[in-house]
Amino acid sequence: MWSWVAHRTTGVLTFFFLFAHVLDTALVRVSPEAYNKVIETYKNPLVNLFEVGLVGAVLFHALNGIRVMLVDFWVSGAKYQRIMLWIIVGVWLLLMIPGVYFMLQRTVSSLFGSSS
Amino acid sequence: MTAAFDPPATRGIQAPRAPRRRVGGRRGTNFEMYSWLFMRSSGLVLIVLVLGHLLIMNVLDGGVHRINWGFVAGRWASPFWQIWDLVMLWLAELHGANGLRTVINDYARRDATRFWLQLMLAASVVLILAVGTLVIFTFDPNMS
Repeated sequence: MWSWVAHRTTGVLTFFFLFAHVLDTALVRVSPEAYNKVIETYKNPLVNLFEVGLVGAVLFHALNGIRVMLVDFWVSGAKYQRIMLWIIVGVWLLLMIPGVYFMLQRTVSSLFGSSS
Repeated sequence: MTAAFDPPATRGIQAPRAPRRRVGGRRGTNFEMYSWLFMRSSGLVLIVLVLGHLLIMNVLDGGVHRINWGFVAGRWASPFWQIWDLVMLWLAELHGANGLRTVINDYARRDATRFWLQLMLAASVVLILAVGTLVIFTFDPNMS
């Protein structure tokens, strides 16, 4: 039941993000200056955290989507649905740990690190 | 049924052991079955397209810090990334919109509320698909 709630929540949030993202990218058609001006506002620690949230949400939605498909199409899917939830949570952690490292590397070193 | 709220997602579901009847809308289409199938087939393709996109744009090589107009122009100089982004745009928007359609049907209790929410959703889908497709097809990498 909670995986269903999380699937909905991550899906709806990602859909709203997509709305904004298509419109901001559409600025490439207006002028290079307009696009660059908006993209510059994304290059800060706060938006960087939102990025981590977005990637985490989309990755969960993708992994849980695979699980939903297995439940629907694989004969033993329903039987193993619970263990599959723990598997996707494990895969999510396995991918997010290096992912978050690479995503936050620049922010962390610019905020707390010495000159580099 | 006399219940105050009869959600559209389950409206028309027959009592147990009711005589077999064709599932679907008034005209006997199978829209909800195709919608269910679309969510799974588009989802499968989106796993590759979206996770690939996020990996390139947000994770690898400094992520968003290296993105600017020139970066986009360089990518869309290649038909491969143009087609990638076009397919991703259409599948993601329709997959997301179909998901939101389900969510609205689940939670909007008044018919009028549901109607206006679905209308706003449909308008946003038309806007996003039109703008996104136009930009991919008419982008001029030499405009600077």
